[in-house]
Amino acid sequence: MDKFTTLTGVAAPLPMANVDTDKIIPARFLKTIKRTGLGVHLFDTLRFDADGNERPDFVLNQGPYRRAEILIAHENFGCGSSREHAPWALLDFGIRCVIAPDFADIFHTNTFKNGILPIRLPREICDQLMEDAKQGDNARLTIDLAEQVVVRPNGEKIRFEIDPFRKHLLLNGLDDIGQTLQHAPSIDSYEAKQQAEKSWMPGITV
Amino acid sequence: MADTKPRALSGPRTLLDKVWDAHVVEQLPDGTCVLYIDRHLVHEVTSPQAFDGLRLSGRKVRRPDATIAVADHNIPTEGRAQGIKEEDSRIQVETLERNVAEFGVPYFPILSPQQGIVHIIGPEQGISLPGMTIVCGDSHTSTHGAMGSLAFGIGTSEVEHVLATQTLLQKPAKNMLVRVDGTLPAGCTAKDIVLAIIGRIGTAGGTGHVIEFAGEAIRALDMAGRMTVCNMSIEAGARAGMIAPDDATFDYVRGKPYAPKGEALDRAIAWWRTLPADAGAVYDKTVVLDAATLAPMVTWGTNPEAVVPITATVPNPADEADEAKRAQLARMVEYMGLTPGQKMTDLKIDVVFIGSCTNGRIEDMRAAAAIAKGRRVAPGVRAMVVPGSGIVKQQAEAEGIDRILIEAGFEWREPGCSMCLGMNPDKLTPGQRCASTSNRNFEGRQGPGGRTHLVSPAMAAAAAVTGRLADVREFA
Repeated sequence: MDKFTTLTGVAAPLPMANVDTDKIIPARFLKTIKRTGLGVHLFDTLRFDADGNERPDFVLNQGPYRRAEILIAHENFGCGSSREHAPWALLDFGIRCVIAPDFADIFHTNTFKNGILPIRLPREICDQLMEDAKQGDNARLTIDLAEQVVVRPNGEKIRFEIDPFRKHLLLNGLDDIGQTLQHAPSIDSYEAKQQAEKSWMPGITV
Repeated sequence: MADTKPRALSGPRTLLDKVWDAHVVEQLPDGTCVLYIDRHLVHEVTSPQAFDGLRLSGRKVRRPDATIAVADHNIPTEGRAQGIKEEDSRIQVETLERNVAEFGVPYFPILSPQQGIVHIIGPEQGISLPGMTIVCGDSHTSTHGAMGSLAFGIGTSEVEHVLATQTLLQKPAKNMLVRVDGTLPAGCTAKDIVLAIIGRIGTAGGTGHVIEFAGEAIRALDMAGRMTVCNMSIEAGARAGMIAPDDATFDYVRGKPYAPKGEALDRAIAWWRTLPADAGAVYDKTVVLDAATLAPMVTWGTNPEAVVPITATVPNPADEADEAKRAQLARMVEYMGLTPGQKMTDLKIDVVFIGSCTNGRIEDMRAAAAIAKGRRVAPGVRAMVVPGSGIVKQQAEAEGIDRILIEAGFEWREPGCSMCLGMNPDKLTPGQRCASTSNRNFEGRQGPGGRTHLVSPAMAAAAAVTGRLADVREFA
């Protein structure tokens, strides 16, 4: 996983609530056995018409937003299916940070596993950032994870909160399986205890 | 699972607290827990990249005997013996078959009767049991919480994490109690209860929480109904839903192929009886509904909180004060091809889908057949019934349910996820309106441009024979 330290880039405003993962990437594009190459299908139904032509009114089809690295949206972003194809598609498109008032739980976890930073900020601040974002290329946002701030084009710094453990993993690009395996002796002893106390629990064989 | 919260180390505990505490391998200084996972369910769509990850890092599956794999999402629901025609679907299933062989993971093959939707077969096989932690790379894993387990959906990175370590790094979720008092009126089902709950608390009402469903109306549900309720917890934003195990749970478990038997079952039940919340256990949030006030429910919009009683009319976005919400409602009305004020029962439908992990159990097949018996699917309507598993299909056929449905003009198909998400050939075409027993009415969910109305199995069958959305109470 790539590290996330600081990011300065174009932010795309997507003033929609309840952006579900079917919207981010419809199920028909999940028939892949790879993590890469999904960016072309990101927001497929919003981005393209039935004939595959771009819908000019959709933000990611407009000038500077084709290179957006930050996405700003409204409440409950990423609700619905657990498909990690949603963050994979965002990442493949080039988006490394999503800012919204809140996120659905599974999507929120999935973003961290892929080096994408989800930032929770109050609705009114998201709306201010969306106004900044509407200036496209002329108004880049900077995200500084170590300092936990979003820097607006006018220099104003907005602090955000993040779980310290997840921040540590992102800043250092750490694989959390490796982290967990440091606790292998505890897992071994838990399993031994479980075998003794829950000997009723059968194993699965076919 | 969400933001940390201080937890009492002693004192009365909830069902969630007890199951959680029994699975903490180690708690890290910041409150993150290494949480042990008892059961890992694996399917073809969200696992290939996880197995690839294991291969790349030279890791093994730590507990194949706690893992079960099955293909369900994109397999065809007819002509299965002839193989999968769609190449990308076939590759995904073949990849699963190769991975389970290489890593020694137990697998129910496509042509075996045990095959089915992963959330149907877990409880059906006795693989999902009370007090367990259960995960799967699918958000409807919440279904298994009906057994009194903590069951939740995970992404593919976490699938790999569980395969490699049999644990997850998690922070405790908050406790939310949804109590449904009273007795459910005739014509109303578990589906109507959960749709009403989502209508009340909203699609993000349970975010950061695990919902425990309790109260007289929940207690009165059979296990299938409890699974329907827990299944849709995620549609209220809660990663998991749970129902305290009781005698109905233990009776259900008894005799299931992979459940403990005899003296082992007695010991298991003795522990399971300690799991219900202690008197005085505190919940972070409580919501109370009166079942007696419910009517059969139907969604009108493009998320599950856009739901009304079947007797209602299409809402008018202009009545919404908040500008952003008004725009969202207007988009829903437009996408769904509706007119504000239109009666729900005036909406003509093109397709009926009965099945899915929400409503693909034998009880759901019976409910549909009870309405279909002696009636005919309305002209121009395509009505399909997709049992949730091979076992459900066999049972239904033994009861003659397939005959009733086929004679009424329904298609009787082979088990899988099917038109719930349209990854196989079962899809809506643009503009088609569908009465569906599935769980999501998102734009394009059942096929690009498709329009989904979520209902109970009896309501779906009533829609099929009427040709429009219908009030099942008029079929009594």
